[in-house]
Amino acid sequence: MGAKTGSSPPVVLPPASSGTALFPSLNTLKLKTKQQELLIRVSILALVYVLAFAIRLFSVLRYESMIHEFDPYFNYRTTLFLTEKGFYEFWNWFDSESWYPLGRIIGGTLYPGLMVTAALIYWTLRFLRFAVHIREVCVLTAPFFASNTTIVAYFFGKEIWDSGAGLVAAALIAICPGYISRSVAGSYDNEGVAIFALLLTFYLFVKAVNTGSLAWALASAFGYFYMVSAWGGYVFIINLVPLYVLVLLVTGRYSMRLYVAYNCMYVLGMLLAMQIRFVGFQHVQSGEHMAAMGVFFLLQVFYFLDWVKFTLNDPKLFYSFLRIALTCAISVGSLALGVGMATGYISPWTGRFYSLLDPTYAKDHIPIIASVSEHQPTAWSSFMFDFHILLFLFPAGLYFCFKRLSDATIFIVMYGLTSMYFAGVMVRLILVAAPAVCLISSIAVSATLKNLTMLIRAKNNATPMGSSKGASLKASAKASSFDQPLPYQRNVAIALLLGAFYLLSRYAIHCTWVTSEAYSSPSIVLAARGAHGGRVIFDDYREAYFWLRKNTPADAKIMSWWDYGYQITAMGNRTVIVDNNTWNNTHIATVGRAMSSYEDEAYDIMKSLDVDYVLVVFGGVTGYSSDDINKFLWMVRIGGGVFPVIKEPEYLVNGEYRVDKGAAPKMLNCLMYKLSYYRFGEVTTEYGKPPGYDRARGVEIGNKDVKLEYLEEAFTTSNWIIRIYKVKPPKNRW
Amino acid sequence: MRKVFGCAFFLLHLATWMTTARSDLVISKVDRRIDLTSHIVRVLSTLKVENAGRVVVSEILLAIPNMQAKNLANLKAFYNEGKGKGSSINLPVTEVHPEGMPRELSFYSISLHEGLEKGKSLTVNVLTIFTHSLQPFPEEISQSDVQLVVYQDSAYYLSPYEVKSQSLNVLLPGGRVESYTKHPSGKLVDSEIKYGPYEKLPPFSYSPIVLHFENNNPFVVAQELVREIEVSHWGSIQITEHYNLVHKGATNKGGFSRLDYQSRSYMGGRSSLRQLIARLPPRAHSIYYRDDIGNISTSHLWGDSRKTQLEIEPRFPIFGGWRTSFTIGYGLPLQDFLFVSEGNRFLNITFGCPMDEVVIDDLIVKVVLPEGSKEVSVSVPFHTKQWHETKYSHLDIIGRPVVALEKNNVVPEHNTYFQVHYKFNNLSLLWEPLMLISGFLLLFVACIAYMHADMSISKSSASYIAKLQWDEVQATVQQVQNVIKRCLSAHEKLETSLQDLSRTGDVQSCKATRKIADGLLKELSKELKPLMGFLQSSPQAAQIWPKVEELVAKEKEMQEKLMQKHVAVVDCFEKKYSGREIENRVAPYQQKLSALKQEVDDLLDYIDEI
Repeated sequence: MGAKTGSSPPVVLPPASSGTALFPSLNTLKLKTKQQELLIRVSILALVYVLAFAIRLFSVLRYESMIHEFDPYFNYRTTLFLTEKGFYEFWNWFDSESWYPLGRIIGGTLYPGLMVTAALIYWTLRFLRFAVHIREVCVLTAPFFASNTTIVAYFFGKEIWDSGAGLVAAALIAICPGYISRSVAGSYDNEGVAIFALLLTFYLFVKAVNTGSLAWALASAFGYFYMVSAWGGYVFIINLVPLYVLVLLVTGRYSMRLYVAYNCMYVLGMLLAMQIRFVGFQHVQSGEHMAAMGVFFLLQVFYFLDWVKFTLNDPKLFYSFLRIALTCAISVGSLALGVGMATGYISPWTGRFYSLLDPTYAKDHIPIIASVSEHQPTAWSSFMFDFHILLFLFPAGLYFCFKRLSDATIFIVMYGLTSMYFAGVMVRLILVAAPAVCLISSIAVSATLKNLTMLIRAKNNATPMGSSKGASLKASAKASSFDQPLPYQRNVAIALLLGAFYLLSRYAIHCTWVTSEAYSSPSIVLAARGAHGGRVIFDDYREAYFWLRKNTPADAKIMSWWDYGYQITAMGNRTVIVDNNTWNNTHIATVGRAMSSYEDEAYDIMKSLDVDYVLVVFGGVTGYSSDDINKFLWMVRIGGGVFPVIKEPEYLVNGEYRVDKGAAPKMLNCLMYKLSYYRFGEVTTEYGKPPGYDRARGVEIGNKDVKLEYLEEAFTTSNWIIRIYKVKPPKNRW
Repeated sequence: MRKVFGCAFFLLHLATWMTTARSDLVISKVDRRIDLTSHIVRVLSTLKVENAGRVVVSEILLAIPNMQAKNLANLKAFYNEGKGKGSSINLPVTEVHPEGMPRELSFYSISLHEGLEKGKSLTVNVLTIFTHSLQPFPEEISQSDVQLVVYQDSAYYLSPYEVKSQSLNVLLPGGRVESYTKHPSGKLVDSEIKYGPYEKLPPFSYSPIVLHFENNNPFVVAQELVREIEVSHWGSIQITEHYNLVHKGATNKGGFSRLDYQSRSYMGGRSSLRQLIARLPPRAHSIYYRDDIGNISTSHLWGDSRKTQLEIEPRFPIFGGWRTSFTIGYGLPLQDFLFVSEGNRFLNITFGCPMDEVVIDDLIVKVVLPEGSKEVSVSVPFHTKQWHETKYSHLDIIGRPVVALEKNNVVPEHNTYFQVHYKFNNLSLLWEPLMLISGFLLLFVACIAYMHADMSISKSSASYIAKLQWDEVQATVQQVQNVIKRCLSAHEKLETSLQDLSRTGDVQSCKATRKIADGLLKELSKELKPLMGFLQSSPQAAQIWPKVEELVAKEKEMQEKLMQKHVAVVDCFEKKYSGREIENRVAPYQQKLSALKQEVDDLLDYIDEI
C-alpha cells in the first residue's frame, strides 16, 4: 500500500480495486469481478485436477507402467478378457483356471464397474484413434478417477459450505495420503473408482435433499448404481443414508425435499442395483440392507400421518389415531422381519459386517479375514501418517459444522463420524474416511482463513486513513475502535494466517513424501539400496511367474498360499487351487493343511487336488519379511479351523514361533518348512554367519538337512524369493 | 536314428544303378569343410569343375539328400574373380527337379553366367547352411551334464558327377569327442576330424559318417520372430522385435537347482543360455526390453560410433527345452535408412535379427509405412512370402500400409539389406496435426456455442422469463458499477491535482482539471439516469434496488464534498495560507470523504457479492 508514506494524499483504494490494480492485464481484458473470480476458481480447479493425477505417477516413474499388488491383477485379467471377448462373454465367464477343481463363475462373483469403466475408456480412446494398450488404461484409471474425485469434492464442499471450502476440499483430497494409498497409478482396484462413486452419490443425494429435485435424486440413484457395480463398500451408503434420514426425522428436520430425495434414490437405486448379478436380490433379502427398507417404510408412515394430521385437524383424534397407527406399523414391520429371518428369506448379517461392528469378532471366528494385514485395527501412527494435519482440522471442522447446522452439514458430520469409526476398525477403511475428513477439514481451513482475511482486510481499510494525516488519525482510531476489541488483532491474524499456510505447506510436503516413499511401490518388484548406494531390483516374482507361464504344461495346477493366486493366474497363466477371492474357506483350509502336514501326508492331499507344482515364497536369502514362513501360522490356524488334525500348539514352543534349533519338531518337518529351506543349509547368506542363516528372521535354521521324497526342486528365482517344486508322479507299483 | 541309417544305406545302393547321369561334367577336386562349432552347420565346398563333354555347359547340379535338404537354410554359390583375393561373384541357384534322378535327393542348379566351354575348368565355392542338424544325444541331461550331440553326413561328396579327388574336414567346438566313424580313413586331430583324400569316386557315392561330440552352445531357436519396422517421416524408424525363443539342445531333466547354478559354475548348466547380445545399428535410441508381464531389468547397453550393443539376459537361464519370449524395441534415425531416388523413397534396412547364432524358424518382417504411402514394392535378395496389411496406429483414419515378408529357417547369413520402395507426399505429414488442431478447435467452438446457446425447452415459462430479466438486471447493475468506478477514478484525478498543487503551486492547471472532472462527472450522472430508471421499474431488481440507490446517493454526496474540498484547497492556495491552516480547513471534508469512501466501497463489495 502506498499509504505508508506520510505526505501522500488520502488516496484510498478499496481492497477489491487494489486487486484489480495489481492485475492491470485483467483489467484491460474488461473482466468483471465475477468473471475474474470464476477464472481463478476454474484455474485452481484445473491445477488441482492435474496435481491429483500427477502425484499418483510416482510409481510409474520409479518403476514402470505396471499393475500393482494382488487384487489388481485379477481386475486386469478380467478387463483383458472383457476387451478381447466382449461384454456378453465376460458376463457368462466360467473361469476354470482358479479354484481347481471347483472353478469360479466370474460374471456372477465380481463387481464389474471397474472393468467396464476401463474397457469403456479403452474403447473410447480406440474410437478416437489413440492406439493405447489396455494395460496403460488400467494403470491410469485410478489416478484419472482420483482427479475426478477432486471435482466432486469441490462441488460437495460448495454444497455444504461455500465455494472456498469446495476449493480447499478439492486441494486437500487431491493429495490426501489416505486416498493416494489406494489410487496410485497401477493400483487398479475397485476402490480406485469406488471412492469417486461414493462421493458422487453422497454429493448428489445432499444436492437432492437441499433442492428437493427429482432430477438430482435420480442422478444420485445412478451414482449409487455405479457404486454398487464397483465396490462392496456400497453397503456403507445404503446404511449411512437411511441413518441420516432417521437423524433428520428425529431432529425434526423432516421436509418434502427429504421425502422426495430419499424415496426416489432408494427405490430406483435398489432396482438398478439388482441388475448387478453379484448383488442380486440382496437389497430385499439381506440383513445388511434392511435398515434402508425400514427407513423407507418409516418415511411413508410419517408422510401418511402428516397427511392425516392435516385432514383431521383435531389434535385429540389425531393422537389416538397416531397410537393405533404406530402400533400397527411397528408390529407389522417386526412381524415381517421376524418371518423373513425365520424362513431364511432374509439372510443374517455376514461375518465381514459383524467384524466391522465388533472389531474382535473376526479374530475369534473368521481367521481368514483376520489374517489379511489390511483388515487389522488401525494404529494411531497410521492415522497420523494418512491424515497428517487433517486429524487436527477434523474436530475444528466439526465445530464449524455444528455452528452452522443445516441438512448438508448434518450429513457430512454423520459421514465423517461413522467413517472415522470404521477407519479405526480396519486399516483399509481409512480410505472411506478420507473424503469426509478432507471435506470437514476444508470447512475448518476455509472458515478460519476467511475470518482471518476479513480481519486483515477490515484493518487494511482503516489503516491508510489513520496514517494519512494527523487529524484523521484520531478520528479513524475512534471509528474503528468499535470493531476492534482486541489489541494487536491484525498482527495476530497475520501470524495465524502464516501459521495456517505453514501447516498446509507441511501437509503438502508430507503427502508428497508419503506418496513417493510409501505408497508407490508395486510390491511385485522390490527395490533396495545396494552396498554402494545403487538401486537393486528384486524382480523375482515376475521371474517365477514367467517361468511358470513358459515352462510348465498349459494345464499345470499350481498350489500356493492364496495370496499369490491372482498373480499366478494373471502373470503365470496357470491354474491355481486357491486365490485371493477367498470364497471357499474349506478349500483354503485344505491347502493350509497340506502346507502344515508332513511331506507324505501332504503328498496325498496334493495328489487328490491334482497339484503339479507347489510355489512358496521365501525371504531367507534377501531378508524379505512377508514370506510364507512368516505367514505360516495363519495357514495352520485356517487349516486347523476346518481340520482339527492340525493343532496350532504343535508348531509352537512355549507359545513361541521359531524356526531355529529350538523349533517344534512338527514345525521342522512340515511341508512348508521343507520347501522353504530345501538346500538352504548349504548357503552362506551373510558374511560372518554360519551357513543356513535366515536373514528374514535373523536365526540359523534348525533343520539344515532337508530331504524331499515326493517333490523335486523345479525352479528357484535368482534371489530365492520364489521357489517352485514339482510334485513327482506316483511311484510304480511293482 | 535307425531310420536315417537305413535311408543312407538305400542311397548307397541307389548310386550303383544310377550311373552316367551327367557325364559331361567331372569334378576334379572337392574340398569340403564342415563347421560344427555352433549349432548351425556350415558346409563350405570348393568344387573344381571340368567340362569333359563336347557341348558348352551352363549349369552345375548339386545334390543334397532330402533328409538334409529340409533343414537347408541357405545355399550360396560363388566364385572368386581373378586369383587370390578377388571379389567374389554370386551365382544364381535354383531348385530343380531333373528327370530320371532318385527322388530321395533334392537338386539345385547353379547357373553359370557364361557357359563352361569344352575342356575348361572352373572353381566354384558352395556354402550350404543347415539348421536343426545336430541331434542332442542323450536327449535329456541333468543340469550338471555336458551336452553331447550327433551329426551325420557322408564322407564322400554326394554329386551327380564323377569326383576325381576329394577331402573333408570337420571342425568341432572342442571338448570331448565321444565317438566318430573311422571308416573310411577318418582321423581326429585336435578338434578337427579329417576324412580323405579319396580318389575317383563314381557319381552318387555315399558313405555315412556319424560324429558324437560335446557341444555346449545353447541351441537358441526363435520359433517365431516378428519384426515390425515402422517408418515415421517425423524423423525416426521404430523397430519392435517379438521373440519366441526355445533352447533346442538336450532337454533338462531333474529340475533346476539355483544353488548349483549360482555357486558351482562348473556344474551349473554349461549349455544354458545366460545372455544374448544384439548388435544394433549405431545411433539406436530409446531401447527397451520387456515381455508380456512387464519390463525386464537385466540388460546392459553400450555403443560407439559403429554399433550399439545390447546385452540382454532373459528373466531366467534357459535350459534345454525351456522357452521364453520377450520384445525388444529401438528407434533409429530416419536419415540413416531412408533415401530418395527419382521421386521415390526407399527404405534400406537389414532383414534378419540382430543377434548372433540364433536360428529363426519363422521370421515375419513387417514394414509399416506412413499413412498415405503409395505404390509400395519390395526387393529382397532371396525368396520370401509377401502380403499386404493395414495397421491402425495413433490418429489413423485410413490406416498405414504394411508390407509383410515371411521366411522360414533364417540364419544370421540372411541378415542382409533389403529395400522397400514407395511414394509419399510430404504434405500428408501435416494431416494428423491438422486433425488434432481442428478437433480441439471444434471442442472449443462447441463449448462457446453451448455457453451462448439458449437450451431451455419452454421459452414462455415463468422461471425462464424471470431468468432473462434477472440477467438484464445483472447487466444493468454491472453498468452502474462501471459508471461509479469511473466516477471514483475522476475523484482520484481531482485528488492527484491537489497533490500536484501542493508540490508546484500551479493554481490554474488545478482549476482546469476541476473543470474537466466536473464535466465528466456530470456526463456520468446523465449516463446513470436511464440505468437507474430501468432498475427502479424492474420487479426483479426490487431486492437490489435500495442498495444501488444508496450507492448512487453516497457517490453523489462524495462528489459534492470532494468539489467543496477542492474549492477550499484551491482557495487557500490562492490566499497563500500556511500548510497548517489548509489542513485545518480541509479536515472536516476529509473526514467526511473517508467515511463516504468506506461506505461506497462496502456497497460496491456488497453488490458484487449478489
